[in-house]
Amino acid sequence: MAKTFSEKIFSNKAGRDVHAGEIVTLEPDHILTHDNTAAILKKLPEIGATKLRYPERAIVVLDHVTPAADSKHATNHKSIREFVAAHGIHHFYDVGFGVCHQVMVEEGFAYPGRLILGSDSHTTTAGAVGTFAAGIGRTETAGVWVTGGLWLRCPETMRVSFKDKLRSCATAKDVALTAIGRIGADGALYRAVEFCSEIIGQFSIADRMVLCNLAAEMGAKNGYFPPDETVAGFLGETSGDFSHLHSDPDAQYVEELAFDLSEIEPVAAAPHAVDNIHPVRGLAGKRIDQALIGTCTNGRIEDLRLAARVLDGRTVASHVRLLVFPASAEVYREALDEGIVRTLLDAGAVWMNPGCGPCLGAHEGALAPGDVCISTANRNFKGRMGHPDSEIYLASPATVAASAIAGEIASPEEYF
Amino acid sequence: MGNVFKYGDDVNTDVLFPGKYTYTAMEPAEMAQHALEDLDPQFAKRVQPGDIIVGGKNFGCGSSREQAVQAPKYAGITAVIAESFARIYYRNCINSGLPALVLPGAARALANGDEAEVDLAVGIVRTSKGEFGFSPFPPEVQAILDAGGLIEYLRERFAK
Repeated sequence: MAKTFSEKIFSNKAGRDVHAGEIVTLEPDHILTHDNTAAILKKLPEIGATKLRYPERAIVVLDHVTPAADSKHATNHKSIREFVAAHGIHHFYDVGFGVCHQVMVEEGFAYPGRLILGSDSHTTTAGAVGTFAAGIGRTETAGVWVTGGLWLRCPETMRVSFKDKLRSCATAKDVALTAIGRIGADGALYRAVEFCSEIIGQFSIADRMVLCNLAAEMGAKNGYFPPDETVAGFLGETSGDFSHLHSDPDAQYVEELAFDLSEIEPVAAAPHAVDNIHPVRGLAGKRIDQALIGTCTNGRIEDLRLAARVLDGRTVASHVRLLVFPASAEVYREALDEGIVRTLLDAGAVWMNPGCGPCLGAHEGALAPGDVCISTANRNFKGRMGHPDSEIYLASPATVAASAIAGEIASPEEYF
Repeated sequence: MGNVFKYGDDVNTDVLFPGKYTYTAMEPAEMAQHALEDLDPQFAKRVQPGDIIVGGKNFGCGSSREQAVQAPKYAGITAVIAESFARIYYRNCINSGLPALVLPGAARALANGDEAEVDLAVGIVRTSKGEFGFSPFPPEVQAILDAGGLIEYLRERFAK
């Protein structure tokens, strides 16, 4: 019987044929945790377990509130450092290394055909290189640590295909937001989302990470691009052939959607829902107080290049705070080498450390009552970035940069 | 029977338990105080043990944070009924020993002021708007619920 990508990975892991709808216990290749490791480690004594089944499969990245905003966070971080040392967890990335989902791809943990689970909803990002990657909860993460495995339901698959090419002012972020706007925040609930483009090489790894990251905002269990030559090139395995992982030609899809990329224009998600999508031109003129470029969605070098293209020789509006968070120290280094740090600094941006920043409202630019922020992040729920009476608009790095200059929401089209 | 707290579609984890507390409020009583804080500021004051939350579509969307399940549970909630759940929220309910029931008919029928109770053994929700049956959970899931949550389930396993 024909199989989808997800059915193939589940079958490989289970050692028998598994199809959508079946519940099986599988052992992931890696289990990712971040600052929430502090809470998860406390579950071991509750369970009565004293050690991790496979410490080499655990990956711990401090990124959410880094450097520690106060003594409570500092105490959590300290407990994590002691825990990873005591349990022989060698894949530990301390403050400043990068956002966990970026680290998974940059450090090569995400690899075609692997099964990765993480105690963070945007673990889906690793699907960009053909990994089956899904977010899970904290308690079950402790369960994976101590038993090595977890019950998972093999998802049905929804296929999202793209034809033609994007206009230069539109980005993968605009594609993802447009798709969320069309199908809704629960449009892919419980499902795997397979992205494919008729033009080979249309989407870079960075673009794929944006789409797989935002698959979580469609309700998906996992999002992925079938691993192809772009992935092989990225991994430095140019002769690599991962076609055995692709969905069989006669595999069953529960739904198929198609988008003409040439029709995609810059869009933004307006408060307070990720599926409240509007063309940027329709929102133009809305005054902003803060602009944010970064996070696991859009903090890569490609995003910073786009921002630099818009901001080069221009100035951020005097009433706007433009905060830039590179997704990793490696991205930061590249930005430095390419002169992007200088370009954005001269425009009036504030460079912040690699990490999640104020995306979850804990520090480094949280919002006051009445504040309006335009951000490249992935969630604009009420109160997400601080005060419940603040507003968050989500858009591409180009739109955020153009808006920072204008001091109000503005389309990036004139810069392309 | 418990009181019904009824909410709409796409209720997200940020309003169920604000992110700013995720790394500071660690104790059950403190978490319970912040339950549903940005969705229904009256909830934490009014909720009684045995009460039930009823939501619309995609209940619990957003973050993987487990406090969005545990905070209302610690506040006294004994079951969540919805038209559909965000998948991680659903898993967190099971793993926290809080029955999550996908029951579109009941979710649409029930409103604030109604009463309801869940009988897991029989597979029925009895309410002031009538009875709603549901299919049993898969054995893997039922075993976790029977133990009272994943921690308890694993504790039994590690004690052997």
